[in-house]
Amino acid sequence: MADIPSDAPQHCPGTASEQAGKTSACQGCPNQNLCSSGATKAPDPAIEEIAEKMLTVKHKILVLSGKGGVGKSTFSAHLAHALASDATKEVALLDVDICGPSIPRIMGLEGEQVHQSGSGWSPVYVEDNLAVMSIGFLLSSPDDAVIWRGPKKNGMIKQFLRDVDWGELDYLIVDTPPGTSDEHLSIVQYLSSARIDGAVIITTPQEVSLQDVRKEIRFCQKVQLPIIGVVENMSGFVCPKCKNTSQIFPPTTGGAERMCEEMNLTLLGRVPLDPRIGKSCDEGKSFLTEVPDSPAAAAYHSIVQSIQAYCLSHVPREESAG
Amino acid sequence: MEENNEGGNLAQVQHVVLILSGKGGVGKSTLTTELALALRHSGKKVGILDVDLCGPSIPRMLSVGKPEVHQCDLGWVPVYTDAQKSLALMSIGFLLEDPDEAVVWRGPKKTALIGQFVSDVAWGELDVLLVDTPPGTSDEHLAVLENLKKQHKVDGAILITTPQAVSTGDVRREITFCKKTGLRILGIVENMSGFVCPHCSECSNIFSKGGGEELAKLTGSVYLGSVPLDPLLTTSIEEGKDFIQTFPDSATFSAINSIAQTLLTSIQNP
Repeated sequence: MADIPSDAPQHCPGTASEQAGKTSACQGCPNQNLCSSGATKAPDPAIEEIAEKMLTVKHKILVLSGKGGVGKSTFSAHLAHALASDATKEVALLDVDICGPSIPRIMGLEGEQVHQSGSGWSPVYVEDNLAVMSIGFLLSSPDDAVIWRGPKKNGMIKQFLRDVDWGELDYLIVDTPPGTSDEHLSIVQYLSSARIDGAVIITTPQEVSLQDVRKEIRFCQKVQLPIIGVVENMSGFVCPKCKNTSQIFPPTTGGAERMCEEMNLTLLGRVPLDPRIGKSCDEGKSFLTEVPDSPAAAAYHSIVQSIQAYCLSHVPREESAG
Repeated sequence: MEENNEGGNLAQVQHVVLILSGKGGVGKSTLTTELALALRHSGKKVGILDVDLCGPSIPRMLSVGKPEVHQCDLGWVPVYTDAQKSLALMSIGFLLEDPDEAVVWRGPKKTALIGQFVSDVAWGELDVLLVDTPPGTSDEHLAVLENLKKQHKVDGAILITTPQAVSTGDVRREITFCKKTGLRILGIVENMSGFVCPHCSECSNIFSKGGGEELAKLTGSVYLGSVPLDPLLTTSIEEGKDFIQTFPDSATFSAINSIAQTLLTSIQNP
């Protein structure tokens, strides 16, 4: 951890100080518990180990939202499928939603288990060039609940980043749970010496979502995580019978478009509601392959192209500040 | 002031019900709000405790804006949605200076605040306290349950799901959480259960069909009922309006009310 982290309060004594976590200035600082535990006096060796591991990963993309149920996992899975449709690219999807790991089901990998070898944990392969890791693979039953407090979740995320044998990757996509808590802080902290290309923020049109998503955007700004752009999901529903559009989740405050204007972000695209998307996810199939001619598939493809263009045009200098 | 605080701030709360899901975005906050309004509509005094620290949605849904939260001798005074004090609310949303400010806290800090929320809100007399939670099975859920159990019996939990397997898959884990922590499952509600096109009345199963009922059967839980996807409800929630007042004859209200009445019967006759 940096000596004075970017989210530290004024009068931070410094994370390596004897007083770390203990002064009155430390009250309310998100790092207080970590500092007062003494863990920050020595840098977490895992951060450098992870940076080393990530040298073979060209692009790292986080998929975030403040809000639950907006389609992060659905989007992460289909982003992975779309990127892997180019057989020359190596793609991996890491699911750090410890309590609600949806990725195994969405990728058609329910019941798969993780294997250990000399070089670490082997991820599960959907295709030759598409690997997946999730805590779902470590659970023996679909009823198993992961009832862990923050520190244990953080430990798991550290292991996922450090101990999984990812190999050489063009893209590592990280699917996250909703919120701005342990999992999000940990991912950013553990990848702090490796470069994250940026975050894709998922929302639905209504203010109830946007109000949480703005917080997530603030979080990204606080931890200096670049934002590739915003995807507005569940953006209108076209009735298959009469073809009229209904706004089931109405953009009462202007939707993602207005939010992006106000916050100076890129709106990557809008994906309409399509019952076949949910069905594909339930069946563990790629919607892009199942219903390739749908408006939703077209929207996905356009968004994926924008993300690829961003990653390729924001290549860092050799000596990255990290 | 007579304030009898023997037994703590929950002493005069008759029933406490948690609203849980393993899954995000299934409508926990929406249904907490609507069930609270339905219970109030049937003459009950209701409170809502919103322990979703990262995404507190209830203040907007009840159109209470950004009121100042006051302290009294017994602790924080909840925010009332009306002069008759028939619906009380406490949410971390009220304590944030800036509504766009992210609460970027790790587990231990969340646990500490929830402990305070549970014991230091001066609820007074309530028939039912509904506790809205974030998705998952982590710090917030453990904290709220541990602290409630110290103060008061918890009647149980309602679990919300949407029909599709990706949702019920997470809710199964929440059911395990309930069993492991000894929390009685009052029943399962299936939300977003079909969409009736307002133009032609064709029903589309946008988020699949039947999952809630199947889950109830699979896990031996009570199926409380289903609530359809209704743009009138989502708009109402967005604007913080009382859906029940505006659309008392809708099928959606009828579904919600039926669930509220079943819930009431179940907690009054355990």
